[in-house]
Amino acid sequence: MKPPRFHYRDPATVEETVAILAEHGDDAKVLAGGQSLMPMLSMRLAYPEQLVDINRVAELEGITAHDGGVRIGALTRHSAAEHSEIVARACPLITTGMPWIGHRAIRNRGTIGGSLAHADPAAELPAIMTALDATAIATSAGGRREIPLGEFFEMPLVSVLGSDELLTEILVPGQPAGEGSALVELARRQGDFAVAGVAATLTLTGDGAIGRARMVAFSVAPVPVRLTGPEQILAGADPAGDAVEEAAQAASREISPTSDLHGTADYRRSVTVELVKRAVAHAAADARARAEGGAR
Amino acid sequence: MTDVRSTPVADPTLSRAVSVTANGRRYERTVPTRKTLADFIREDLGLTGTHLGCEHGVCGACTVRLDGEIVRSCLMLAVQCDGRTLQTIEGVAPGPDELSVVQEAFWEKHGLQCGFCTPGMVLTATDLLQRTPHPTEAEVREAMGGNLCRCTGYQFIVDAVLHAAEAGAGDGAAEEAT
Repeated sequence: MKPPRFHYRDPATVEETVAILAEHGDDAKVLAGGQSLMPMLSMRLAYPEQLVDINRVAELEGITAHDGGVRIGALTRHSAAEHSEIVARACPLITTGMPWIGHRAIRNRGTIGGSLAHADPAAELPAIMTALDATAIATSAGGRREIPLGEFFEMPLVSVLGSDELLTEILVPGQPAGEGSALVELARRQGDFAVAGVAATLTLTGDGAIGRARMVAFSVAPVPVRLTGPEQILAGADPAGDAVEEAAQAASREISPTSDLHGTADYRRSVTVELVKRAVAHAAADARARAEGGAR
Repeated sequence: MTDVRSTPVADPTLSRAVSVTANGRRYERTVPTRKTLADFIREDLGLTGTHLGCEHGVCGACTVRLDGEIVRSCLMLAVQCDGRTLQTIEGVAPGPDELSVVQEAFWEKHGLQCGFCTPGMVLTATDLLQRTPHPTEAEVREAMGGNLCRCTGYQFIVDAVLHAAEAGAGDGAAEEAT
């Protein structure tokens, strides 16, 4: 359980980092918070020739208000996002979801960009960012490109990032005032990998019906699954009505879970049905609380 | 006081000089870049109170504080800590013949049996109580949930943390950490 030998590089700027990536391609691996890569090194699941530690790249860290939403530097720690007032105001789903990500010691080191680039299908953050229609900015020696999160994940542990690209920032549109948020998941312990989970937002109209619902299921397919069918069923529906059951059943048909030690595919399907219902209830309650509180 | 045992470095991508302050004492060492912080603490600083359970970030036994924040020392490289400040279990007690309030509470409430997980438990609990001096039982369970214990069944650990809170472990604390 010791990392293999590698050449350790610790560039100080994005420019230096992408130059190293351009030179070494697949032989280089970027080390951000290390909360997933360090175990992979220790278990000898990863053997990079060049380990490119970006922790000295100060320009990658930080949270700023951006166009009604937030701009989050890729190296921003989970704990910084968890306690950010800017994030809580503009994108409360992120704040709501943070306590579900690992444990405090993990969140003190783990980074927003690292979690997305790692593309673990059981992780919360990819689902949260997909639900919020966020955009990833990838930078390479050749320039930068924007990638909608909905198109970012390809398969477990694989994103569309090229080996010469560095995820540098995430742009998250602000949630509309009064939109409710919920993150629900089933795990043996809080902080463990989810057996199944759902990230959701929804708005309520003046008469208490659902305006727009956004839902993403995770840990039930190779990548986070946008539940477009259930979203359509829920639009305009009563959040306590029969449409919720219909949406939950529809969700179970949009996912493609596999069986493992923690649960069979069928179990994950039935858990997802329940989680969709809970997500609607929690997000609707949150939306009502925000309407009463008036603050958000 | 500085404890220096560093040697010339041939290739800085393979080994480097690292300078850290641990428990108030400054150390300089030369280490392979692939060495984890956990192994560095145990082998190079000789602070073997930090225990290694799983070595891949699951068990929490190797929890230490880096610049005041709890981290898993098996999930960092020693070279990443150059110039930074560590607190390990050896730096928790106020003096050689004393225990900290949290340590005293673990003793009082039988919050340990074999003691392997205890260093990580004590640092995690100390961090919790400095941020939240009077947590609810649910908050204690959530905060301690990242640390595995294979003896106690956890109940006595939760009791110990709550007892430490009552005994004032976190009151006016904040800056007990190095």
